Amino acid sequence: MTPLLQVEDLRVRFRTDTGIIPAVNGVSFVVRPRETLALVGESGSGKSVTGLSIMRLTPRGGGCRVEGRIRFGAADLLALPEEDMRAIRGNRISMIFQEPMTSLNPVKTVGEQIAEAIRCHRQIGRQAALDRAAELLHTVGIPDARQRLASYPHHMSGGMRQRVMIAMALSCEPDLLIADEPTTALDVTVQAQIVELLKRLQQQTGMSVIFITHNLGVVADIADRVMVMYAGRIVEQAGTVPLLTSPLMPYTQGLLRSVPRLPAGQHQRRRLDAIPGNVPDPAELPAGCSFRPRCPHAVAGVCDTTLPELEDTAPGHLVRCRRWRDIAPAGA
Amino acid sequence: MSDVADSPREIARAADEAPSRRARSRALRRFMRHRLAILGLVVIVLLVFFTAVGPHLIAFDDLHIDVRNRFQPPFAGPHILGSDPLGRDQLARLLMAGRVSLTVGFAAMALSTLVGTLVGAVAGYYGGLVGVALMRFVDAVLCFPTIFLLLALAAFVTPSVVSITLIVAATAWMEVARVVEGQIRALRDRDFAIAAEVLGASDLHIMLRELIPNAMAPIVVAATLNVARAILLESYVSFLGYGIQPPTPSWGNMLENAQEYLGTAPWLAIIPGIAITLAVTSFNFVGDGLRDALDTRLDIA
Repeated sequence: MTPLLQVEDLRVRFRTDTGIIPAVNGVSFVVRPRETLALVGESGSGKSVTGLSIMRLTPRGGGCRVEGRIRFGAADLLALPEEDMRAIRGNRISMIFQEPMTSLNPVKTVGEQIAEAIRCHRQIGRQAALDRAAELLHTVGIPDARQRLASYPHHMSGGMRQRVMIAMALSCEPDLLIADEPTTALDVTVQAQIVELLKRLQQQTGMSVIFITHNLGVVADIADRVMVMYAGRIVEQAGTVPLLTSPLMPYTQGLLRSVPRLPAGQHQRRRLDAIPGNVPDPAELPAGCSFRPRCPHAVAGVCDTTLPELEDTAPGHLVRCRRWRDIAPAGA
Repeated sequence: MSDVADSPREIARAADEAPSRRARSRALRRFMRHRLAILGLVVIVLLVFFTAVGPHLIAFDDLHIDVRNRFQPPFAGPHILGSDPLGRDQLARLLMAGRVSLTVGFAAMALSTLVGTLVGAVAGYYGGLVGVALMRFVDAVLCFPTIFLLLALAAFVTPSVVSITLIVAATAWMEVARVVEGQIRALRDRDFAIAAEVLGASDLHIMLRELIPNAMAPIVVAATLNVARAILLESYVSFLGYGIQPPTPSWGNMLENAQEYLGTAPWLAIIPGIAITLAVTSFNFVGDGLRDALDTRLDIA
């Protein structure tokens, strides 16, 4: 199947007062039509920057350099003139953010905002756009959609606002939706509703979704494939089931162990395992494997020499670890 | 975090031109509590009303010369507020002068607010080289002492209501530009601005439709204070003889004419002086009231 989106060797660097900080170091992946790809990692692993690079919305100014190739259909998004890029944003690729509280303009009604999003790309009248906005609000599960058009964002709860954001993002029926931690700022019960909503909408519209999150519980629920990022690199990539049941990279294993859970039948308390240490400073990545300082399986002379390559371990399963053969049973 | 962030936003929405009814009534209530602002608003409405309607109700034309009644003191003859050295009716002149001065004040305010908002918005939105160039230009213009700038400009053009308005506006737009630049720079990084960009909105759309409505409160306050300034500046130039030229009266040139008679006919200076003071303080009070009602400080949060 021809991929919808093909990212090749994406590198993003920020120039700051303290030097050049590489946020994304050569990330390559594809997104196929109608699939949901989850992008998982801790804060600072480069997952949000990857999402923003696809939209070409990394911070402006000379401080940020984006290199590589991002093919979307026939176009290379990184080489496109700004005008053409604007025609793609919101129209063929849309994005929703973590903070539904602040992502809506506080001084305009949600109806106006959705209608304007439509009118950015479609030549239709104000009234027609408002009708479509009401339809969209209904689709994302907001009751009394017609009346709600006249509401201001502050009249709505976080979950409602995120639904409005989703309605705006879907207003022009995009082929690809980038959801950057869309549930992180919401209550747990609302999180589940929003995930369900995104799943339903994806099935209805047939769009592809890049779901950026650090919540592995959500991943299990929504994703077809998962990509784990660490320090600006992909460290493991696999289908959702293999990744969650038999992770090969010690980092993925650590992430999975740090998810709180009560195993069925086992009611004794279990200590929650946290991965020791913090994400390394991207300006001073350790030699060899970036995860080595925090890895329980690290071996001197093997892990600290050069950067491990991404290796194929099974069809569609990639891992960036020298010792995956030795430690595989641990995760299985 | 979101709950905390909510309260400034609740106030921020008072910035809207068409905010929700609840917010509007809240801002209105805060404004009504400001006694001086209400007083100022009443005075402004009365001034506008009388200068618009008054001249039709008075028996004398503002240019009618009545040589038999020169230097008539107020309340002592046919001229209610007295007459000037040519026997022209002081009240008629005061009201006609009010038309000129208030027109110049409002027009200069509208123009300077428009220019200031555009310059500030472009500078704040694009930042970088464009922002630096524009704002340093603003600083440079601000460095000129206003009066000298005003007089220098006035010396080059034939004085008329239009040219005086332009000149006054040219010396008053910089502060609006500064206020707007700061607001837009802060708003530009807010999530909703980025969200609009994500949706494919153009720069112009984001600036005009997303950001400026959020900066409306400080713009309105600055505009109100600018009216007061413009009236004062017009009086300055006219007083110094570069402004509105006789026989057309303006509050400023009435003062100028009154100069030589300050000892013998003080009412000639006092009456237009009171008019200027009333107008300027009223606009300032309204500006203060709006500032409190719309609370611009919390807006930036």
